[in-house]
Order: sequence, then C-alpha cells, then structure tokens
Amino acid sequence: MDHFPTNWGRPRNDAFDAYGTYPIHQRPVNDTFTDGVQRTQHPIVTGTSVLAIKYKDGIMMAADNLASYGSLARFKDVQRLHPVGDHTVIGAGGDMSDFQYIQRLLDELVTDEFAAQDGHTLGPVEIHEYLSQVMYARRSKIDPLWNSLVIGGFKNGKSFLSYVDLLGTTYTASTIATGYGAYIAQPLLRTAVEGFEETLTEEQAFKILENSMRVLFYRDARSINKYQTATITEKGVTISESRHLETSWSFAEGIRGYGPQTQ
Amino acid sequence: MVVENGGPILVAVVVHDRGIMYSYVFFPRLGLTRLEVARRWFSINSTLTMTSIGTGYDLSASTYSPDGRIFQVEYANKAVENSGTAIGLRVKDGVVLAVEKLVHSKLLVPGVNRRIHTVDKHIGLASAGLLADSRHLANRARDEAVNYRDLLHSPPTLKSVAERVGLYLQAYTLYSSVRPFGVSTILAGVDKTGPQLYVLEPSGVFFGYHGAAVGKGRQLAKTELEKLNLAELTTREAVMEAAKIIYLVHEDANEKEFELEMSWIGDETKGLHVPVPKDLLEEAERQAKAALENFD
Repeated sequence: MDHFPTNWGRPRNDAFDAYGTYPIHQRPVNDTFTDGVQRTQHPIVTGTSVLAIKYKDGIMMAADNLASYGSLARFKDVQRLHPVGDHTVIGAGGDMSDFQYIQRLLDELVTDEFAAQDGHTLGPVEIHEYLSQVMYARRSKIDPLWNSLVIGGFKNGKSFLSYVDLLGTTYTASTIATGYGAYIAQPLLRTAVEGFEETLTEEQAFKILENSMRVLFYRDARSINKYQTATITEKGVTISESRHLETSWSFAEGIRGYGPQTQ
Repeated sequence: MVVENGGPILVAVVVHDRGIMYSYVFFPRLGLTRLEVARRWFSINSTLTMTSIGTGYDLSASTYSPDGRIFQVEYANKAVENSGTAIGLRVKDGVVLAVEKLVHSKLLVPGVNRRIHTVDKHIGLASAGLLADSRHLANRARDEAVNYRDLLHSPPTLKSVAERVGLYLQAYTLYSSVRPFGVSTILAGVDKTGPQLYVLEPSGVFFGYHGAAVGKGRQLAKTELEKLNLAELTTREAVMEAAKIIYLVHEDANEKEFELEMSWIGDETKGLHVPVPKDLLEEAERQAKAALENFD
C-alpha cells in the first residue's frame, strides 16, 4: 500500500524500494523512471548567427530577428541581443527557450548585485565568467543549454568580446561569429577588422556588420532580412530598432538549371 | 527539624509583589537569611504606567493580557522609539527616504552601518529600531521580491512586498519562543501604480502613506510633513525638505553626532532606488542647516 496520497492514481514504480527493504548495496538503482528522465537532445526553436566586432569606441554586435522552428520561419520579431547591466550585451544563437532561461538567470543576478549597493557593478568579464561556468556545469550534467553566446562589453575604458557555447568552450577575439556565420561571415569580419580595432569608426563598423548580415541572408536559409545591432561603448549600451536589409535579386534572372526555369 | 551536617535548610520561597523572588534559608551559624533568587519574576517597567503591566502577561508574545494586548509587541515598539528618526516622502514623481543615523563612536568609518537598504531595483527600505533586525528584514524583503519575479515574471508592486513582509513580521508575534522585530520599516518605491510608501510595524500591520516618520523624532517629523504639499512636490524638492526635517528633529542637546542618509526613486533615477548623489546631498544639508538657524 502506498501511503502517499500524491502518488495515488499515478503510474507505480514497483522497482523502487519505498520501504528500504533491500540492503543499501543491493538496492535497485535503475528504477522504471530512469528512462522517463529526458534531457535536451536537440534544440527546438532556434536562432541563427550572431556577429560581433571590436571597433574604436567599443563593441558592435548584430543578430537577426528570426526564431526558426526547424526550417519554418516561425517567429520574425525575436530580439536576440539582450542587455545585462550597464556595460554588457549578450547575443544568442541556438535554442531560444534556453536563451530566455539564461536571460532570467542574468536578470536575477543583476538585480541581486544592484540590491547589494556596494559600489560594484557587473562588467562583461564577470558576465562571461558566470556564463562559462553555467554552460560548462550544464554540459557536465549532460543537459546542456543549447546556445552559442557572444558576450560584448565595455567597462573602465576596456572593451571585451568573448564566446561561450553549449559545451562550455570559451574564447575571446576581436571578431566573433556564431553558427552559420562562423563559416560565412567570420572570414569577412577578420579581413575587415583585424589590425584596425583601434581605428574603425562607428560608421565603418556598422558597414562591415551590415554587409556581413547581407551575405548571411543570401546564403543562410535560416536567416531573415530583419536584424538589430547593439553598440557598447563608454556611454553605455544601445540596442537599435529592427533594421531592414537591402538586397538585390536581379542576378537570379540568369540562373538556369533548377526550379521552374529548366532551360 | 534535624540538622545532620550543619548545612543550610531551605525554609520557604516567596515571590514578593514587586516581582522579586526570595528564598528564606536557615543557616545554622547565621540563622534565618533572605536570599534574592531572581528578579523580574514579574517584570516591572517604569516607562509604562499601565496598570496591567507587571501582571505576568508580558514575557511571551504567545499570551494575551486580560485586556487583549500583547505586551512583547508593545515593547518592540519601545525599541523603535529609541532609534534615530527615519522619514519617507511620497511625492508627485517619486519617493524620498531619509534617515538620521546616530553615530555612536567617532572612530566609525563614515557611511558605515547603513539604515537604508535596497530591496529590488525600484524598492528601498528605511528602518528605525534594531539595525540587525532591519538587515534581516531587508534580506527577507529581497527574497520575497525575487520570488515574486520568479512567479509572475514582472517587477513586484510595493503592496505585494509589504503584504509578504507584513505576514513575516506577524508570524513573530505568535510564539513564545521568538521575539517580535524591534523595527518599524518604511518601504518606498515606484511601481506600475506610481510612487508608493508603506510603513510596517512590529505587529505586522502596514499602511500606505503620503508622508511617514518612525523612530525617536517621529511626532515632530509628522507635524512638519503635514505642512508640506506632498502631492505637488518634485523628488528634488522633496530631498531638500526631507533633509530639513531630519536636521530639525535631531535633538542636539547632549545628543550624539549623526549622519544624514538619503535615497530616492523617481524619474530622475530612471525608476531605480539609489542613494541621493553626493552633490545634491551636500546642497540639501547646507539648506537644512540654514533653515535650522532661521527656525531658532
């Protein structure tokens, strides 16, 4: 007889030794519920690339507004750049529900720090460290948060740009591109930015990102021509309204060999 | 009675009507002696002149007196009355908190032992009474605010935090094993319903106010607050008025030094609870001192 009313009417677990009748070393370990515990095997609603570069005044980031459900362009007004405190923005690709969870983690962290009123604020370095610990801890539980994250920030005259992913892998660089952008946009960013981090103006930085986003939109089938940028400088954090990518498809006229035009 | 080893013999135990417990002991050499065993068998409180005091109903928060009062809660209010004044002003576009922090030693580092705490981004808490109690209460309020955010995914309203903290305070008026909180707390903040100001008492009751004062100088502070047109004041003006009131209620006759501690929440702070900036605080103190000289 199960004396716990909350268990009544639920599937019974006969392998579980409720009354401790087995000696500890013989107690059944793999009970019938073991198979019922599931972890994230793959992301569901996903965001694609995030791009970020260093420039003269700080960091500039870009991410489009699409959250895909498989190959379906499901949500077209999702913001994938999230401000954390006064000096940091994180951008996320991968599972959007995991990203929302991370946003809540960080918001609580920032609120706690604020309430301490001890004269300290969290900078990008601290946020990066925190996220890398969270991501690595979750992968070690074999239950990862399925994201690749870009952390960009500016505090005390220093800019900071780094990457953390679902495995807990981290690195910093002057250009970062996640997802499909790691293949398509990263080489473009590197040639445009490396060696010019201290000279690129805001306009130039924006042109570089805009151009990369356009290339990604042409090439990445999980992207959309609507995106936002974020700048993090001495003055703080600004995240733009949604921007529209200008594209030209006239070249498609000449393409032959598949689709409706077979000849 | 046979005295075998010449040791003392307990003859009687008597409880004196003034609350002192005596035992009468016969010592073979000294004769009958009266020993004081315990004081405060019944408590004698000279500060309270109510007739029901000293009747044995004031040692536990879990027992009513015959006329329906809980003395431990009233004593907690006494603890509050010994503390420096704290005031709160709810005005047109925000709220201001100010505290007269008595500095008990010249050796203390300035700015230490803060009596204004931050509960959430948009909520501040000022208290009068036992500082350790108020820190504990601020921590509890923070936990409640975080819990509210987790539950409802939105910043907590002042009322919801006041309700929860009030419930917590009240739980400490029910049991003989605990003591009620020795603090009166002013909760201030700006939420979706606008500027809000609540006062929580050791009993757990709370009320909303336009202007509030707790601690030693609360009576004078309240009369000064009533003179202000709080609904029309800006937060910036309220900072000046708050400083004037704290300086006014501070009794400087053989009184200790004090530090003025102020925080505000309003449009100017983007809805965040932050300390009043240094330059504004200094200006407010200057004006307060000037006003005090005119007042005398």
